[in-house]
Amino acid sequence: MKKRISEMAISFGLLGIFWILLSGYFDGFHLVAGGICSMIVTALSYRLLFSERRSQFFRTSWRLICYVPWELWQIVLANIDVIRRVLHPRMPIAPCLIEIETPLRSEFALVTLGNSITLTPGTITVSVDPEKGRFLVHALAKEPADALLVDQTMQRKVAGVFQEARNDG
Amino acid sequence: MVIVDRIVIVIVLAGTLVTLAGTIGLLRLPDFYTRLHATGKCDTLGTGLILAGLIIFHFVHYSSTPLVPIKLLILIIFVFVANPTATHAIVKAAHRTGVRPWHLGEKRR
Repeated sequence: MKKRISEMAISFGLLGIFWILLSGYFDGFHLVAGGICSMIVTALSYRLLFSERRSQFFRTSWRLICYVPWELWQIVLANIDVIRRVLHPRMPIAPCLIEIETPLRSEFALVTLGNSITLTPGTITVSVDPEKGRFLVHALAKEPADALLVDQTMQRKVAGVFQEARNDG
Repeated sequence: MVIVDRIVIVIVLAGTLVTLAGTIGLLRLPDFYTRLHATGKCDTLGTGLILAGLIIFHFVHYSSTPLVPIKLLILIIFVFVANPTATHAIVKAAHRTGVRPWHLGEKRR
């Protein structure tokens, strides 16, 4: 019960800050309206924010923030790669479908890895099997596919963020 | 001020060029999946760069309204989450309905 109240308080606080940032009005009427809206949204959806791994919420968030700069750099590299292939007169592409296995199981970790794959060098997540942690990936050429199949840097980074070992079940 | 303006121009121009390259890719690449490679990635970075330039510009020239850059930052975060998700949804739908991926040597579709 106590846990639930603290979760609701955090959701309410975040939503309130979000309201104030977006509205930009600080008079009584708008703050009260924002408070009421935040309360309704909290009551309806606070479970979404804390659906899994409650105790680790802040540490996981922090590790996720640390992961973002590396991911941004990968996105820049990915774009340069795609632009080079697209503008090259002969278009050096050889699309293929590959399957990769990951130790990840939790929904949020799978979503993060799926979106990371889509944004980075020449690969798009086609489908995900959440029970086996298996990703079907469409790759634009052989090198980006090898980055996922052989190097596995991204899988390891995401697994580090969510602290999921290979035999986590 | 002039230096900041130049930096902003470079960033926004880079964003525009990335988006342009994405559009060229959309026109040149041979099939559904490869076209989504171009749009899914280049649009994300292009939009992000343009908005980043706008954030710097607004922050320097209109510092009396500091909420606007924060709103733009929220917009960037949203684009970086929503764009790959939408791309994945489209690709998954195509895969499920049996759109065959193009292989090297085939005719473009």
